[in-house]
Amino acid sequence: MEDLLKEYLPIIIFLGLAIVIGLVLILAAVVLAVRNPDPEKLSAYECGFNAFDDARMKFDVRFYLVAILFIIFDLEIAFLFPWAVAFKDVGLVGFWSMMVFLAVLTIGFAYEWKKGALEWE
Amino acid sequence: MSVADYAFYLFAMTTVVGGFFTVMARNPVHSVLWLITAFVGATGLFVLLGAEFVAMLLMIVYVGAVAVLFLFVVMMLDVDFAALKAEMAKSLPLALLIGVILLMELGTIFGVWQFSDGAEAARGAVTPALDVAHNTQALGMILYTDYILLFQLAGLILLVAMIGAIVLTLRHRTNIKRQNVIAQMHRDPAEAMKIIDVKPGQGL
Repeated sequence: MEDLLKEYLPIIIFLGLAIVIGLVLILAAVVLAVRNPDPEKLSAYECGFNAFDDARMKFDVRFYLVAILFIIFDLEIAFLFPWAVAFKDVGLVGFWSMMVFLAVLTIGFAYEWKKGALEWE
Repeated sequence: MSVADYAFYLFAMTTVVGGFFTVMARNPVHSVLWLITAFVGATGLFVLLGAEFVAMLLMIVYVGAVAVLFLFVVMMLDVDFAALKAEMAKSLPLALLIGVILLMELGTIFGVWQFSDGAEAARGAVTPALDVAHNTQALGMILYTDYILLFQLAGLILLVAMIGAIVLTLRHRTNIKRQNVIAQMHRDPAEAMKIIDVKPGQGL
């Protein structure tokens, strides 16, 4: 357990450094930058213009479909990781159990390919 | 205190603060971003527990995919949040009732929680020591053989989710011009153009 956590020590050092650098950059901008706003500086100019409308609008539901399909294949990959790591120990049963799992998802993949869910029109 | 203890407090605070602001943030997009912070904190906690695989899964699946889906939903919802806030006052009693019921259920669980005598032993026996097999390997050794039924059921659930998502959301538009690459490549001059000999003064 101790050894495991020691392997993660560099990551936590990186994490701490990243937080510190991020905070320093933000605070430096707050402390050092000259701020002298007036209405003309803050108004939209040149190519800028005031927003016509709310940024929220109806997206095509296809974006959502792509995201859902991505999550499903993401989970399929997640099941493959322990199988690959423990490949020597799972034996024949484990091997064929994964093959059946993949076959089931391949049926789904064939279905979505045939339906044209992967095509963008 | 060792570094691991400090790390525990760092991640625990991140998770709690992330969860708090997920509920309290006024802008739903900020809520999702705070939720991602809470996920990252929980990832750190899982690593500290030695559950590496679950930690990385949380990172890949929840932070990488589910949070993106949440962001899509939040941004796709074309709702007027001011109107939604006004509605909230109306449903507040119901929300409070549900909250109180959940709280009472939690209290009941803590009040009458009992371990069976074999539970601790069974729990300890499942995971081999870290020097024998690390976390991911230990999971792999039982998931595909001892728990084969649950594993196959998970595959079937994924299949149902995939087909369900396609059936519910896929609509083919009919009035769209598409590029047919095969048809384009099989064009040849003989059928693509013809030469007409136009007599002077007659036209076509």
